[in-house]
Amino acid sequence: MPFVPHTEADVREMLAAIGAPTIEALFDEIPPQLRIQGLEGIPTALSEMEIGRLMSERARQDGRPLCFIGAGAYEHHIPSAVWAITTRGEFYSAYTPYQAEASQGTLQLIYEYQSMMASLTGMEVSNASLYDGGSSVAEAALMAVRAHRKSRSLRILMPTTVHPNYRKVSITTAGNQGLRFETVPYARDTGCIDAAALAAFDGEDITAMVIQQPNFFGRLEDVDALTDWAHARGIFVIAVVNPTSLAILKPPGEWGTKGADIVVGEGQPLGVPLSSGGPYFGFLTTRMEYVRSMPGRIVGRTLDLEGREGFTLTLQAREQHIRRGKATSNICTNQGLLMTAATIYMTLVGPVGLARVAEASAARTSELLAALGRVPGVRLAFDGPRFHEAVICLDRPVAPVLRQMEAAGVLGGLDLAGDYPELGPALLVCATETKTSADIERFATALGSALKAVRAA
Amino acid sequence: MSQVPSDLKYAKSHEWVRALPDGTVEIGITDHAQHALGDLVFVEVPEAGRSLQAGDACAVVESVKAASDVYSPIAGTVLEANAALASAPELINQDCYGKGWLMRVQPADAGALAALLPAADYQTLLAAEGG
Amino acid sequence: MSARREKLIFEHSRPGRGATAQWPGPNPDAAPSTVPAALRRRSAPLLPEVSELEAVRHFTRLSQLNFSIDTHFYPLGSCTMKYNPKACNQYAMLPEFLGRHPLAPDSQGQGFLTCMFELQEMLKEVTGMRAVSLNPMAGAHGEFAGVAMIRAYHRARGDLARNEIIVPEAAHGTNPATATMCGCVVREIPVDAEGDVDLVALAAAVGPNTAGIMLTNPSTLGVFERKIPEVARIVHEAGGLLYYDGANLNAILGKVRPGDMGFDVIHMNLHKTFSTPHGGGGPGAGAVGVSQRLQPFLPIPVVGRDGDGYRWLSEADMPQSIGRLSAFMGNAGVLLRAYIYMRMLGHEGMSRVGEFATLNANYVMARLRAAGFDLGYPTRRASHEFIVTLRRQAKELNVTAMDFAKRLLDFGFHAPTTYFPLLVPECLLIEPTETESRETLDAFIEAMITILAEANEDAQKLKGAPWTMPVRRLDDVRAAKQLDLAWKPPTATLSG
Repeated sequence: MPFVPHTEADVREMLAAIGAPTIEALFDEIPPQLRIQGLEGIPTALSEMEIGRLMSERARQDGRPLCFIGAGAYEHHIPSAVWAITTRGEFYSAYTPYQAEASQGTLQLIYEYQSMMASLTGMEVSNASLYDGGSSVAEAALMAVRAHRKSRSLRILMPTTVHPNYRKVSITTAGNQGLRFETVPYARDTGCIDAAALAAFDGEDITAMVIQQPNFFGRLEDVDALTDWAHARGIFVIAVVNPTSLAILKPPGEWGTKGADIVVGEGQPLGVPLSSGGPYFGFLTTRMEYVRSMPGRIVGRTLDLEGREGFTLTLQAREQHIRRGKATSNICTNQGLLMTAATIYMTLVGPVGLARVAEASAARTSELLAALGRVPGVRLAFDGPRFHEAVICLDRPVAPVLRQMEAAGVLGGLDLAGDYPELGPALLVCATETKTSADIERFATALGSALKAVRAA
Repeated sequence: MSQVPSDLKYAKSHEWVRALPDGTVEIGITDHAQHALGDLVFVEVPEAGRSLQAGDACAVVESVKAASDVYSPIAGTVLEANAALASAPELINQDCYGKGWLMRVQPADAGALAALLPAADYQTLLAAEGG
Repeated sequence: MSARREKLIFEHSRPGRGATAQWPGPNPDAAPSTVPAALRRRSAPLLPEVSELEAVRHFTRLSQLNFSIDTHFYPLGSCTMKYNPKACNQYAMLPEFLGRHPLAPDSQGQGFLTCMFELQEMLKEVTGMRAVSLNPMAGAHGEFAGVAMIRAYHRARGDLARNEIIVPEAAHGTNPATATMCGCVVREIPVDAEGDVDLVALAAAVGPNTAGIMLTNPSTLGVFERKIPEVARIVHEAGGLLYYDGANLNAILGKVRPGDMGFDVIHMNLHKTFSTPHGGGGPGAGAVGVSQRLQPFLPIPVVGRDGDGYRWLSEADMPQSIGRLSAFMGNAGVLLRAYIYMRMLGHEGMSRVGEFATLNANYVMARLRAAGFDLGYPTRRASHEFIVTLRRQAKELNVTAMDFAKRLLDFGFHAPTTYFPLLVPECLLIEPTETESRETLDAFIEAMITILAEANEDAQKLKGAPWTMPVRRLDDVRAAKQLDLAWKPPTATLSG
């Protein structure tokens, strides 16, 4: 029996202590008509050797293509120490640190994480993680509604330059509570929020505005002007940011005159592998004045009976296990282990290393765009400041081109046909510090050949 | 045994009301309530000018183990909230009928207090609840 | 555990130091940055500057300040702290799985998608449900999906008034919080003296506004809800649906299935029942299963079979879906771990889980009862967990459940769940799980007996506990009043 240590003698003696004739008798309170006799639909047990072989075969089937897709999940170098330490049993197999005295390791690490994230985003307080980037945008919108003392409209401005899936998650998550997400279009020439379109909301009761920086197209928004525009109208600003980029980009706490009110984003770039989309983690930071409106766990530093410093979960009266139906969120389990990895990652790269990663990623993307610019039938969709992603337009439909490239072992980017059909054949591409000049050359060659093949077909 | 001053009126949800000479009232939470909550760490008070119906959740008192809504015992308009509670929520633990008051309210109906419990009835209620 | 402490990482930091092997090298050919000065960061973020060894040593030392399943017995009720097999981690972390981009084409993920499809099939089998979505990332996230589906189902039928969710008073806090997040109103109903739902109160609570009821079975009181057929009948006849909170699925694995009990929608905590790690608070995975009538509303994406291959089904395939709950495909790496665990158990091992989890709980319960502890529900069988109430000790000896919990830490045992469910005063909710040996259980029982004796003879040993941890009891009031949530450099503190 895998993972069950009992000997026959154990079972006999334990049943005797209970006073039950058989294990089966322990289930005698279940109405008999509901009982099943086994789970024959589940395959037979595999030994570790057998499952190891099966999983290795499945993994091999998927291969390791050269990947230029970004769109919210980014391939970065992950120091070996990050996961060597994160998967130590003391982190990996511990529970939520409710018993503070027996969880000081996790608690102190969360406090360090909160300190790093607050500084990185230019805010005062951070929670201990949410599920992912998408759900953190939804939680920020709900938090804005709670924290905003004047606006009662539940209307949130949601530009189309925000990740399409984040927008969808927000509607799924917050729509049932009556929040309405008002679309703000982007300007076709810049790929940034259309400032002129914002005028339509002048004088209306709007609770918050979401601004993603860099935006979904990789473009840098004019965050100072947008933030000031919103604040002048009593609108909260929810910043959605890439944490890597913040090593070189202005933190949301410094946007405009007053800074953003709530900052969220996808933490995956900080030491978390791509892993088919998860587990990642969402982060959320804000100003101290809104701390009681925050969702999720928060750790504080305090003193013990003897006056020594220690760490504990605090402000728990906001949370579901105490406040139940009136909690700030229903979130309980978060993404603790990924937050652990991110804290170790940020420590290992440090401020200099993170800036180098950001600069190198931006530079590789520029190099990539230069190389693709030399491929016939390819042009840049939007010019202007960007981080490490960009939209390119092709003169042929994207899907068959990507299929051709895939055959050459290159994943050429994300086809935008589904979410942005108005762009025509368009591809969102990304390069990070992990890409070499040779990789970029291989991409350009594969794209050129693919376009040629599609044209010929 | 909880203190229940005889000159106040009470709500079943453990708030007290003090009639002031100028026709306004002061509202707070009872000794029983503050004791059940334990050390308070945060109090959220209503903004001046807010109009309340009887039974409206108008304030939140938070300890490390619980956060409870405070319900307005009467209808009226908030004139003033106790600003000292922002930095010193422990005033409620120390002096819930005095320095730990929550808000001053202009009642919508001067006769509304008559519907509230006198001290003796509130004491009976506490006894019935085992407190 | 030695009573060691570790400085904050920021206190190890020295300007100019760094783990330089982790930095990308300078690229002399790099094109000039496109980022204008106005959008640039002016001062560096407060990240530590330490060597790789300093970082490794710091975080390794922090890890050593924790209790964990790998190091300690962790009988935390309602959390199912069972052994997390190492193979599940190792084979979920094969480089091809880790390197796969979530938006990579399905054709480049058939190995991964095969695992996900088979996981869906196995979860259907163990729960008796018609269809499964793996998308929710935690139990509460699965609850959200479930209640949102219930709402969508009623709405799709034009039954717009149904916005009330009934929960028993002993429910997890996530249940009412979820109902609120879904825009529903919560109605709590009592349980009777033996821990079963009060059917009279239930019958009075249901009506034309009832969207559904959320139940955990076995319940949070550590007993099987015997009246489940009647509960299902009452709720269904009133037009409501039944939601199964899978927090306690471990207790009944292979013995009885939520689908057969009449539930319409369930979530499973894969990080409990299927042994994926708790990770100090997450990640979890809260897959949801549904009956046929809720299938169209499942959150996307779901893995579908397409000819010989597999692909993610999305909006176009499932137009009535409640939508997306995550940016990508949920906690894929957690799902792989659950898949590996289930394949290693097989059908034989899966049934043994419920059996031995139940055997262990009933054994500890019987021995503690014999040693003089009071049980929350003394006339009932334990499920995979049970409640000890220290109400008598609190009254007679002035020692609380919290004191017991803290003293257990000194004996090298993680505390059981304390003060949940709120319904039972001074309670300890104890869940040993099936992976613990009899010797471990005996040692825990001995510790409980010793602590009970201490409570009688020298209560200070409990009141002052823990004595052997890195810290003594912490000042929670100070933590909440004088909020210190992020480290600041000393100079910043001086200048205010």
